[in-house]
Amino acid sequence: MKIFGKKEPLTGEILAGGESAIANKETEGLSQGQIVRRRFFRHRAAVIALVMISSIVVFVFTALDTKIGPIRIPGWWRWSVEDIPELRYEDCPGGTVGCPTLSIRPGAEFGLGTHPFGQDDIGRDYFALVMNGARRSLMIMFVIGAVSGFIGVVVGSISGFYGGAVDAVLMRLVDFLQTVPTIIIAAVIGKAAGKVGPLYLALFLGLLGWTGLARLVRAQFLSLREMEFVDAARVAGASNIRIAFKHILPNAVGQIIVIITLIMAGAILTETALSYLGFGVVAPDVSLGLLISQFESAFTTRPWLFWWPGFFIISIALCVNFIGDGLRDAFDPRQRRRITKKDRLQAKVQTKAGV
Amino acid sequence: MLGYIMRRIGVSIMILFGSSFLVYNLAAYASDPLAELRLSSDDGARQQIIAVTRDLQLDIPPPLRYFLWLKGVLGLFVGNPEMGMTREGYSVESQLAYAIPVTLRLVFVATFTALLFGLALGIISALRQYSRFDYGMTFLAFLLYSLPIFWVAVLLKEFMAIQFNNFLSEPNIPFRWMVFFSLFTGVFWSSLFGGERNRFWSVFAGAFATNFVVLWAINLTDWYLNPGLGPILIALLSFGLAMAVTSISTGVDNKPARNAALTMAGLAVVCYFPAQFIFNNFGSYYVILLMIVLIVITGIATSKIFSKIDRGPIARTAIITGILSGFLVLVDRIMQSWADYSATDAVNGRPVPTYGQSKDQLVTDDFWLNNLDLIMHLILPTLALILISLAGWIRFTRGALLEVLNQDYVRTARAKGLNERTVITRHAFRNMMLPLSSLFVGEVIGLIGGAVITERVFGWQGMGTLGIKAINTFDLNLLMGVNLLLSTLVVIGNLLADLVYAALDPRIRLRKKS
Repeated sequence: MKIFGKKEPLTGEILAGGESAIANKETEGLSQGQIVRRRFFRHRAAVIALVMISSIVVFVFTALDTKIGPIRIPGWWRWSVEDIPELRYEDCPGGTVGCPTLSIRPGAEFGLGTHPFGQDDIGRDYFALVMNGARRSLMIMFVIGAVSGFIGVVVGSISGFYGGAVDAVLMRLVDFLQTVPTIIIAAVIGKAAGKVGPLYLALFLGLLGWTGLARLVRAQFLSLREMEFVDAARVAGASNIRIAFKHILPNAVGQIIVIITLIMAGAILTETALSYLGFGVVAPDVSLGLLISQFESAFTTRPWLFWWPGFFIISIALCVNFIGDGLRDAFDPRQRRRITKKDRLQAKVQTKAGV
Repeated sequence: MLGYIMRRIGVSIMILFGSSFLVYNLAAYASDPLAELRLSSDDGARQQIIAVTRDLQLDIPPPLRYFLWLKGVLGLFVGNPEMGMTREGYSVESQLAYAIPVTLRLVFVATFTALLFGLALGIISALRQYSRFDYGMTFLAFLLYSLPIFWVAVLLKEFMAIQFNNFLSEPNIPFRWMVFFSLFTGVFWSSLFGGERNRFWSVFAGAFATNFVVLWAINLTDWYLNPGLGPILIALLSFGLAMAVTSISTGVDNKPARNAALTMAGLAVVCYFPAQFIFNNFGSYYVILLMIVLIVITGIATSKIFSKIDRGPIARTAIITGILSGFLVLVDRIMQSWADYSATDAVNGRPVPTYGQSKDQLVTDDFWLNNLDLIMHLILPTLALILISLAGWIRFTRGALLEVLNQDYVRTARAKGLNERTVITRHAFRNMMLPLSSLFVGEVIGLIGGAVITERVFGWQGMGTLGIKAINTFDLNLLMGVNLLLSTLVVIGNLLADLVYAALDPRIRLRKKS
């Protein structure tokens, strides 16, 4: 009631009668963080997605050896990308080689076997390859999200807060970047940056993806800087920086987080698409898009080489999208919980009982 | 208004200069056309380096070289554009002129089909908010959002082309697939109609039975080897369409409209045999255009016969029905070419192609065969693009319609006793289209990006293929040609979107530069 009550005029409560009373009752006496958390956890799909993506991240990053400088943290999977075990010939359908040993069919005994996802042309373990690719793609996704998010927020807040000439210049820059077809400029940069390494590729792609976010943050700043609490802060003697980052930004943080999740979901698709076209991560490095591109022609005979990378791309992107949706609902002050029949009945019972 | 347009065009041109300058320098610094030659230890390599440097004017630093390129492009205004040569020695203009229609065809068909289905699904989803159908559509949209287009394209190529062609050589739908498809359609339609448990099950049973019988009949008659609708099916479908169009357009209670629509459907069926004669002897785009004009005229005439007042909506209903029924007759004619098409040497019994935008080996003057060939090549790439852009349309439409349905004027419309159809189509739908019109351009831009990848998977020789080739061969002139064209499209599109938005929405004033 305290925070959202301001935005709801009193008449709304009278007009909507019992329904808004039910909805408002839930937020009584809670801080904004608590409300957001509560709403997010009520979004079932988003919670499932959060659990899934956390497990995917843990799963993918612990599977293989991790090297941080001279330290080497061993992974739990027996093969690495460098190992070239013997190709499996026996028991494969249609005279193919390196078929997966994973068996999850009902009836048959569950077992991972030596190569659960199969092997590639020269016998490398496909599970290790996919894990490595997923790790690259996840890393690139987070870096792009962080870089784009940071630049977008900074540019957008400066533009919206100062306005005038600064705003005009920055917004023209955004216009320039938006006019160039993303795939073309990303391909140009990816062609050069891909050879240097996936981290640089991610950094450069991050430099391209911030325009939409900057526009949104600017629009938020434009409307928020006219609010009374900004005047109050100014009268109290707060500096511009303080007003921008301590007073205005926290009010826009919900939308910013939502857009960043969308950027991240788009980023993993962009990266895999670029790698597929040959402008992203290049061999001998491994990425999910590159794996699909390499084994595209083997689809008819050895489909598993194609399914697994795709499965990981889709699961990651799907989870991020659902989390974004959950966050959007959680942060949207206008969004109310759907009033179910059960709520109405309960409210009726309570009114009758005089509570 | 005019001042605003001129100023916007001026700004757009400045942006185009800026962005092309940016891309030119990025591309020039990021790529090195001499890299391979430098590595080579061949004696001729030195000579070649000198020659390539001279041809591409590599001794001039990129920021200056940009202005040389710009000078050539600006020749456009004196009627002599000069976009430079590709590294293979063709002029960039000729390459672009070949590629543009290919990509536009793909993007155009995909955009409009996706828009049509996306609008329909989004509207139903919003009208049945929080229903099973709505949740299903939300999940579908998220799933489609998360699909990498190259992955989808490869899947389509495998299952819709290669496997389907295999299936056509021995066509027989297995019984369990029939049951599966029928179950799927049953669930789809019943959740679409919604309602209480009884209604759910009756719709489910109806859809299941219809679908099963249709599949069974198709299987029995080997329909997919010799497809066609035939006059009886066309008659049934046309009358169904007439009723459907009337119920959406004016409501079935409007007697003159219903009669006009039924008349148009009847005329379409009557004209089936004469149309066959015309199609077989004079098949061309002009004939089709002429028929559309005839249908429009007939529609207006029908509305005059059936009503003296309020003819606008009646004529609209009649014309839409007429065009849809005519479209059925056209589809039927194209289907009749299927067997001939499959039998030609170029196709050789594998009618769904996986590569290219048309079959070069198919040499024929037959209008229908050539068009069927184009359509067959178009289907899979378009389907891939549709799947990708459908998600956006479903979500946007749903959000926009829900927003509009909460407005006061919709409540007013309901309160003054208008029926639900009028409220939705006249009050809600039109206002919903406003925000969508500004999203349209963004979606098309996204689709062009998708088209680049789709072209690569399906081997189309369009703009995307050119761009990829340009980047791979460090062909700066070609890359700049593709880039300039695409960014011009984007700029024009944005301008159009703003103008359309302003024209549709009287609340927006154009004085202030946004």
